[in-house]
Amino acid sequence: MSAASAVSAASGSEQLLEIADRVVAQAKSGEAVEAFVSRDWETDVRVYEGEVEHFVSAESAGIGIRVIRDGRTGFAYAGTLDPAAIAEVLAEARDNVEFGTPDEWAGLAEPDGVAVVEQELWSDALATFPTARKIELAKELEQLTLAADARVRAEESNYADGAVEMAVATTTGIRRHGRENGCYLSVGTLADDGDETQTGFGFTVGRSPAQFDPGKAARDAADRATRLLGATKPASKRVTVVLDPFVTAMFLEVIASTLNGEAVAKGRSLFKDRLGDQVANPLVTLVDDPTNPLAYTATDLDGEGLAARRNALLEGGVLRRFVHNSYSARRLGAASTGNAVRGGFKGTPGVGCMALQLQPGSRDQAALVADVADGVLIQEAQGLHSGVNPISGDFSVGAAGLTITNGTLGAPIREFTIASTLQRMLLDVVEVGNDVDWLPMSAAGVSLVIADVTMSGA
Amino acid sequence: MSRRPSTRVDTACAVTSRPTAVGREWSSTTRVPTVVLPAARHPATAAHVACSHSATRRGVASTGTLPEPSATAVSAAPTVNVAAPVSPISIVTPGTLTAPAAPRGVLGRLPAVIDQDVVQRVLTRAVRTGADFAEVYAEDKRSTALSFDDGKVEQVTSGRDRGAGIRVVKGDTTGFAHTSDLSEAGLVAAAEAAAAAAAQGDGGTRTIALTRGPERRVSPVEQYPDDVAKADKVALLLRMDDAARGAGAAIVQVSASYADSRKRIMVANTDGVLVSDEQVRTLARVTAVADGDSGMQTGYQSNGLAKGFELFRELDVDEMGREAARIALTKLKARPAPSGAMPVVIKQGSGGVLFHEACGHGLEADIIAKGGSVYRGKIGELVASPLVTLVDDGTMAGEWGAIGYDDEGHPSQYNVLIENGVLTDYMWDYLRARNEGHARSGNGRRQSYQHLPMVRMTNTYVLNGSEEPDDIVRATESGVYVAKLGGGSVNTATGDFVFGMTEAYLIENGQITEQLREGNLIGNGPAVLRDIDLLGNDFAMGSPGTCGKDGQGVPVGDGQPTLRVKSLTIGGTAS
Repeated sequence: MSAASAVSAASGSEQLLEIADRVVAQAKSGEAVEAFVSRDWETDVRVYEGEVEHFVSAESAGIGIRVIRDGRTGFAYAGTLDPAAIAEVLAEARDNVEFGTPDEWAGLAEPDGVAVVEQELWSDALATFPTARKIELAKELEQLTLAADARVRAEESNYADGAVEMAVATTTGIRRHGRENGCYLSVGTLADDGDETQTGFGFTVGRSPAQFDPGKAARDAADRATRLLGATKPASKRVTVVLDPFVTAMFLEVIASTLNGEAVAKGRSLFKDRLGDQVANPLVTLVDDPTNPLAYTATDLDGEGLAARRNALLEGGVLRRFVHNSYSARRLGAASTGNAVRGGFKGTPGVGCMALQLQPGSRDQAALVADVADGVLIQEAQGLHSGVNPISGDFSVGAAGLTITNGTLGAPIREFTIASTLQRMLLDVVEVGNDVDWLPMSAAGVSLVIADVTMSGA
Repeated sequence: MSRRPSTRVDTACAVTSRPTAVGREWSSTTRVPTVVLPAARHPATAAHVACSHSATRRGVASTGTLPEPSATAVSAAPTVNVAAPVSPISIVTPGTLTAPAAPRGVLGRLPAVIDQDVVQRVLTRAVRTGADFAEVYAEDKRSTALSFDDGKVEQVTSGRDRGAGIRVVKGDTTGFAHTSDLSEAGLVAAAEAAAAAAAQGDGGTRTIALTRGPERRVSPVEQYPDDVAKADKVALLLRMDDAARGAGAAIVQVSASYADSRKRIMVANTDGVLVSDEQVRTLARVTAVADGDSGMQTGYQSNGLAKGFELFRELDVDEMGREAARIALTKLKARPAPSGAMPVVIKQGSGGVLFHEACGHGLEADIIAKGGSVYRGKIGELVASPLVTLVDDGTMAGEWGAIGYDDEGHPSQYNVLIENGVLTDYMWDYLRARNEGHARSGNGRRQSYQHLPMVRMTNTYVLNGSEEPDDIVRATESGVYVAKLGGGSVNTATGDFVFGMTEAYLIENGQITEQLREGNLIGNGPAVLRDIDLLGNDFAMGSPGTCGKDGQGVPVGDGQPTLRVKSLTIGGTAS
């Protein structure tokens, strides 16, 4: 099981492509058909107090079929590659076509001649990594974490890895396949001081366990849990905030949703009519580049089988480009930017950024903080899903962090919110740090200073 | 791709998300971010991080990609990729993919997911190496999802998920494997993988005698969605769109969706339990976008029940469309929300999420066991205003979180968690109950056969108080009236939680006045429970939710009468 069998099946993704080809070959006249086939493996080990709490080992596979006829789209999927089930998925997708509304822009991606940037997405070292070592790594991380600070307890320590093979084929001539694997270690912590308890986490990721840095994961987990001990609730006022790299990455993911071509096409982006406008401070240059091998989410293909590529979205604060899949591009008279994203065989491609990066500045976080007279270093943000509306731009999130007074970090504070609007925050950017952190998110982290944010507390 | 939650990294990361396009996702606890492995050829999956952080962006309805579409019946993935804003629906469908032609509507007559004698042999195999306990959980789910956006039926999706998860427990270690191969050979292979994972043992043979448990039809279904023509489902979407667009010229965009799912489960274990359950869920929702001088605003409505298509006999989808449009239109004139601590009145049926986050997750025995909850060691103590009696009730017929049996084969129950302010009990699953020598409470749930069960809520609600709701507003000199809450999240160890208000008004001199723009509220669970100083007599259940925890989403319900919290911090921008 697990990733090891993916190795022996080195040609596994070619076999999946054959399955996809067979489906596509059944297209009738006037039908466009896309078959997306995948198979994946996972191992998940959780350790608690030195013992294995659970060990999960699994393999799964499935197929999703999209049929488009006369501008109508139907889709069906099944979590199996059984031939009889595949035949029924195709029949069901065809049946579903009958209920769609004709849409002149509906269609599949077509080969666009953009070359695929080859990437090292597969590690044999991981695929053959022994199970016993996986358990040991999780145990070691727990020990390292406990050793990092006497006030810290480990709530769970995890090792996990996954591997996937996929293939996509269409009647429009797309035929792609490939495989990818990766692994991580993570630990969740609690720190106690009297009656008070705070929480933290740390993680380290890699294409193979050789890339792990368990020491950093342990230190982060201990630091995050202890740094808020004794935190109080601040008074309400307007402040300048310095976002920690992790928080900036979350913020950029929100900004990305406003640059989504589908949202633009359907009138749901607050930047829909702003191409070419100065929408952010000139310091803001934002690029989506999944071909950058440093990015955790680096990849070679998008969800429709087109080459993943570099796209500059904001340059010097000017809005240059929205990201598209083939549908949103067709609607807006643009070309796909290779930003089709899909969550696997159970869905059709949406649009999304893949590996965002804010162009870094020249100074580290300490220097940024030193310039702030009255502000907060935001180390945690909570509720971006519930308090941010990317259509209206209203932004309000729960936060925790350290006060900044006359350039010096002070006492920890928590249970407050920071609020503004996305539009204003982009314009209110004061400086970008140089501390780029390639996080396991669709955006890289970097320290970011934003002025004139409302802090609500007591 | 489609990396399942078990491949993420998180800790008691409890996320609760509403199955909706705009703002009804909840998430709770954000301890450890969810890191999805790089092994996701598609960023949609690679990108999720952090339960609450990344969660679903709101309002961007979409054609999209469901990051974890398999998830729950009709639900949003708890951790949804920000980059691919999505329609959180996943599921369901009228039977089509290889449905055995079975008589419908009578649970007992549905074909078994797996034959009893096969299950018995598989369980025997699973404990052959000396495990304490083994369990087979099998599932067969069909789902249909229809999405309507931008004036068009964009897509009709049919799905079929079928497979079994096998759990083997030895000492404190749980081994787990799952398979979509329900043949005896496939099941045995999974059983051996799980057993090997649990430990290597002494060996031995146990005889397992399964006793079939009685049927429990907690939520009877009158009209199976499978029996309804897709065209009739499409018609609902057209009506919501028409109604919303007809509400005003400023309505510039409308999206609507419909989803149904029918899931049959079978649970058998080495304690001799053998039960089946059938869970049918049906849901509709609509989001309207209004555009005005102040920019765009959104309004949202969602309704769903653990029922069949008969839901739409009672539910007026035209009214849903009009209401979504009304909220978006009136919000065009809304002023920025205030900033700071003040009294907050929460309308009936809109604030159950408050209790779900402020204390529900903190009362889950698995979180308690690891010392990750502020409610640990507080049984018998006054933890809330004496006005508050909080119940978790899996038996509430037809409600979104209702189940006949939990996903470990225990009958659903009515459990009182807080009575007149006093903490009476936690919620339990098999493992935690076994370890503590406590009775199970019917709260062992899982997202699918690909997931391990853990302690989860069902329908969580606060019983009626005695105040007239109008009197509660009148008694409030100044503050905020929240008519609709969005998502939320909690850190169970500190009790700090946030939740979003998607429809709120100022209260001035005891009167509801101007509408406010969106924002989060922030508070601390134990403090807020004590600060509830007025409780209404107008109990109502809220709209359907998906609760996320440790990366798994399950359907949950909530409810509460109108109530007032003496002091909550409103995270607006106006001073």
